[in-house]
Amino acid sequence: MLNDAPPRHGSLTRRRLLGAASLGGLAVLSHRALAQTSVNLPLPGGPGERPITTAFPQKGPMILQRTRPPLLETPWSVFDQGVFTPNDQFYVRWHWAMIPAEVKVETFRLTVRGHVNQALSLSLQDLLTGLPRVDLAAVNQCSGNSRGFVTPRVPGAQWANGAMGNALWSGVRLKDVLDRAGVKAGAVQVRLKGLDEAVMPDAPQFMKSLSLDHARDGEVMIAYAMNNEQLPLLNGFPLRLVVPGWYSTYWVKMLSDIEVLDQPDTNFWTKSAYTIPDTPNANIAPGQTGVAMVPISRMNPRSFITNIASGTSLPVGRPAPLRGIAFGGDSAVAAVDVSVDGGASWVAAQLGKDEGTYSFRQWTAPFTPKAAGPVKLMVRCTNGKGAVQPATPTWNASGFMRNVIEHTDIVAV
Amino acid sequence: MLRFLLAAALIGATSVPASLSAAPFALTSVSVDLPMGDRMFPDGKGADAVTNNCLACHSAGMVLNQPKLSEATWASIVAKMMNAYKAPVDPADVSAIVGYLASMKVGPE
Repeated sequence: MLNDAPPRHGSLTRRRLLGAASLGGLAVLSHRALAQTSVNLPLPGGPGERPITTAFPQKGPMILQRTRPPLLETPWSVFDQGVFTPNDQFYVRWHWAMIPAEVKVETFRLTVRGHVNQALSLSLQDLLTGLPRVDLAAVNQCSGNSRGFVTPRVPGAQWANGAMGNALWSGVRLKDVLDRAGVKAGAVQVRLKGLDEAVMPDAPQFMKSLSLDHARDGEVMIAYAMNNEQLPLLNGFPLRLVVPGWYSTYWVKMLSDIEVLDQPDTNFWTKSAYTIPDTPNANIAPGQTGVAMVPISRMNPRSFITNIASGTSLPVGRPAPLRGIAFGGDSAVAAVDVSVDGGASWVAAQLGKDEGTYSFRQWTAPFTPKAAGPVKLMVRCTNGKGAVQPATPTWNASGFMRNVIEHTDIVAV
Repeated sequence: MLRFLLAAALIGATSVPASLSAAPFALTSVSVDLPMGDRMFPDGKGADAVTNNCLACHSAGMVLNQPKLSEATWASIVAKMMNAYKAPVDPADVSAIVGYLASMKVGPE
């Protein structure tokens, strides 16, 4: 029942060879060993202690939330380094533990079937050379990002704010693939599935569906590259659906099967899982019942200070410019405002380079502590549809779509 | 070196309209080893039941990272694992599992 494959046998072998080969190899090993550390996430009530792991293939240092199936969080410092999250520190989230450890480029096929004129079995070469390439910067964010901060606490992956990332995705339009198969009249949805499999054979396979109109909007794409490199296996190699502006649950990894449906999808993951209260910001009072539930969909705007951590001491009178990231969710960043007095007054931050509607956008704002004492720094994003971050944290029982104007509490000395 | 050349080619390609992109992207087969997870459930009443029933589908860290949750919440989680995710949990072990989870010590280590 336990997947008792020999753990990391190949890697151990390589390490031994490395160590035997040279003192340089040994130095690398000891450096890596010293770099192993942990992080204490400030989750209310705990537990917040998490290892920093380098044990996952094609991944650098990551916050270990769960080993199998992997839940790996991006360390917060990465978000201060630029708007594109490096592939080797891009967060990882899998539902089922049966993840193929090997994908062969020559034999991989993407099938398109169901309510179509012509079922397809596409090779990677077909996609790379047979259809127009598109490039799009977009934030991929877990529905449950920041769940660990939800109060009262709720069960689920206890993420801090690092279950998100931004990449330049390259691939083909889902529309172009569907057009090649020829969608029949009467089709209503497109169901997407990857190579991962449920552990128990009778458990629901992980699949997600989009409406036909959404699937054909020309923005939803099948990515074969992120940040100009092939995807790490744990981020969905060789193909991943990209659904700009929507939560990551729809961004099916290792995408291998596209099924056009002429009836609404009733599978567990589309119909029953990942539902939210049908209220503004999916917000309800803790314990509130009798709320209509709908599938999660569009992301809301968020913003963060990235260059200063809570608890930092800053000298009075010395300029300490603030820097951070923002994203609009389902539309562009329209404005980022900053408060250095706990929300009493707000000033517009300066926005950095526009990498596209769905991308992280960096912002900067001047700040000089004026008097000794605690200072509450706050940042607020407004998106192109006029949605603005709420002053009080949202809550729902699944810890989805957590949103609030974030604050960083420093001390001026 | 190969990666560098590839990246250079792609940077060139992104400035061209998508339909005219000339430089084909190259993919390389991947074979990796994924860690299994060796963290164990701390000893305690019901620990064996948790170890025997829960680790088929996921490693222990997910459970040990949860906040303090009520017995009722843990009972609903175990029921969800069995009913929605078809976890092969022995029904005779359910109360021991829920009891262990609800009494887990939560807090700074």
